[in-house]
Amino acid sequence: MLSAWLNAAVITVGNGANPSLSAAVHQARAGDTVLVIPGTYKEAAIIIDKPLTLLGQNHPVIDGMNKGHILDIRADSVTVKGFHLRNVQQSYTKDFAAIHLFKCSHFVIEDNVLRNSFFGILIERSKRGYVRNNDILGEAVTEQSSGNGIHGWHSSFLFIENNHVERMRDGIYFEFVKNSVIKGNKSRHNVRYGLHFMFSNDDRYEANTFEKNGAGVAVMFSNRISMIKNRFRLNWGSASYGLLLKEIYDATIKDNLFYKNTIGVNADGANRIEFSGNRFDNNGWAIRFLGACYGNKIIGNNFVYNALDISYTGSINGNVFDRNFWSKYSGYDLDKNGIGDVPYRPVKLFSYIVHKTPETIILLRSLFVDIINFSEKVSPILTPDNLKDNQPLMKPVTENAES
Amino acid sequence: MLKILKYSFTDLMRSRWSYIYFLFYLTLGFVLFFLNTDLTKAVITLMNIIIVLTPLIGTIFGVMYYYSSREFTELLLAQPVKRHTIFAGQYLGVSLSLSLSLVVGVGLPFVLYGIFASAAIWDFATLLMIGAFLTFIFVALAFNMALFFNDKIKGFGAAIILWLFMAVIYDGIFLLSLMLFNDYPLDKLALGATMFNPIDLSRILILLKLDISALLGYTGAVFKDFFGNPLGMVVSLSLLGVWVALPVMLMLRQSSKKDF
Repeated sequence: MLSAWLNAAVITVGNGANPSLSAAVHQARAGDTVLVIPGTYKEAAIIIDKPLTLLGQNHPVIDGMNKGHILDIRADSVTVKGFHLRNVQQSYTKDFAAIHLFKCSHFVIEDNVLRNSFFGILIERSKRGYVRNNDILGEAVTEQSSGNGIHGWHSSFLFIENNHVERMRDGIYFEFVKNSVIKGNKSRHNVRYGLHFMFSNDDRYEANTFEKNGAGVAVMFSNRISMIKNRFRLNWGSASYGLLLKEIYDATIKDNLFYKNTIGVNADGANRIEFSGNRFDNNGWAIRFLGACYGNKIIGNNFVYNALDISYTGSINGNVFDRNFWSKYSGYDLDKNGIGDVPYRPVKLFSYIVHKTPETIILLRSLFVDIINFSEKVSPILTPDNLKDNQPLMKPVTENAES
Repeated sequence: MLKILKYSFTDLMRSRWSYIYFLFYLTLGFVLFFLNTDLTKAVITLMNIIIVLTPLIGTIFGVMYYYSSREFTELLLAQPVKRHTIFAGQYLGVSLSLSLSLVVGVGLPFVLYGIFASAAIWDFATLLMIGAFLTFIFVALAFNMALFFNDKIKGFGAAIILWLFMAVIYDGIFLLSLMLFNDYPLDKLALGATMFNPIDLSRILILLKLDISALLGYTGAVFKDFFGNPLGMVVSLSLLGVWVALPVMLMLRQSSKKDF
């Protein structure tokens, strides 16, 4: 191994010497570095089947001419850095990508610019790799004819950091991906989700920004996911939400910001989830609980200026609301200990009715609705009696979320 | 008619109540901006108030004006003037002065806080226009009630009940029927039901202008489809127009048949 490294050569592509990248890759030995000089290279389906370092100088353009994958990596310890990849074939049957990794480990995909790529970076059956500082911009219009920005499948120990993904189908998509970290990415204007988990366990995503996506982030059929310090912003539309939870267990949702989403968190079959230190600001609904949500803890969050704070149906099911700050709270604090003396009921009668008959939302902000909300607040009949915050805070929780 | 209009108008303009009404909206506007400087939010808060208050004030003012100027009206009736002219003039006088108080009272603070430079200008204009429409509608309804009942208390009561029905009870029945027929497709029914109540119609028209309309979800999409396109806008505005025209016509009919 050491001798291989000592003998490693640098092969330069472009500049007359070596006109073709694929020829250079073919010619290189394991451990070599292939340096690509600025220019435009019309090449596709470049198969990399040995450990190599591919370096682009000032982002040379590799134009895939709409023929299959551009870089098809099938070996361990491959680094791809500093390229501009564009024009990947669009297909309804095959997932062609600008960079395709299959059964790889210890890879680094860094500082690349991807344009008009069908799928951006497609990672299959791989582990222990970095994907960072890439800039992926697509032109997705419909879900059917577009691909995902960064797509992980049956992989583990991936580190997805500081990428910028825009106008793809899903910004980042994980299916059967374990023990991975997604950090500091920006995912905006994607047709479907900014970030999408399916059947992926023990992952963490942190300090990402999800903005104006078809529907924020979806976490489905996954266990033990940590969601920390993310910003879910401006996912606003008639069927849009910041975060969708579907059949998930034991997650942590901490110090996030939900700002101006139609629905901040839409929880359907979400169990044993801890919400703390989050700020729900100016959403239509802050959290909407649909059926089968058990044992969730909503403790120490700030709910400010949401049209409806909580939507809920059925009995309490061991869900706990405690020590949150509610901007709509109108109680008092006689002993000045910072905790309101009267419990707060986050579910308004109207939000309960809307839950049952969605069409009644048409009466939003009518005088009648204000009156029934008030009378229900004074003496609850229809809304779950024990659904209340017994220790509502008088002042907002100090936040760790960056705004 | 113009003469009577002018008389009623100046009479009301000189009255204390117009000033109080005007000052109320003026202080409301300034207080709103004192509490927050966000124009869009101020428009939303204002909507809640305008939707409830303008019909109520219109109703009360209309009835009050009719009964208090009854003797003068009888005097006018003895002159060679058409009945239509007298009542139309009085009606327009009341409605116009109320609308003026509203538009100037609310408009002034908004202009001072820079509504012209803001993107909310059109929402605000719609809001004021709808406020004026509601005033015209409810003053006409109030005149009808007052013409129908000779007894002051009965007339007052009936007018207030009419307002209560439009502002609260109607929505209650609407809500109940939506809940009862939960299993059927309801968006057409909801659309139709809002058409028959000027207060609901106004509320929806303003709501759809604000970005809170995304909350309306699927039902909202149906509404947006309808009200969002120029045809829907024309239809709904002309419906408000019909809501003015019908009570006014009824009032004129009543006035020409009534035995004073």
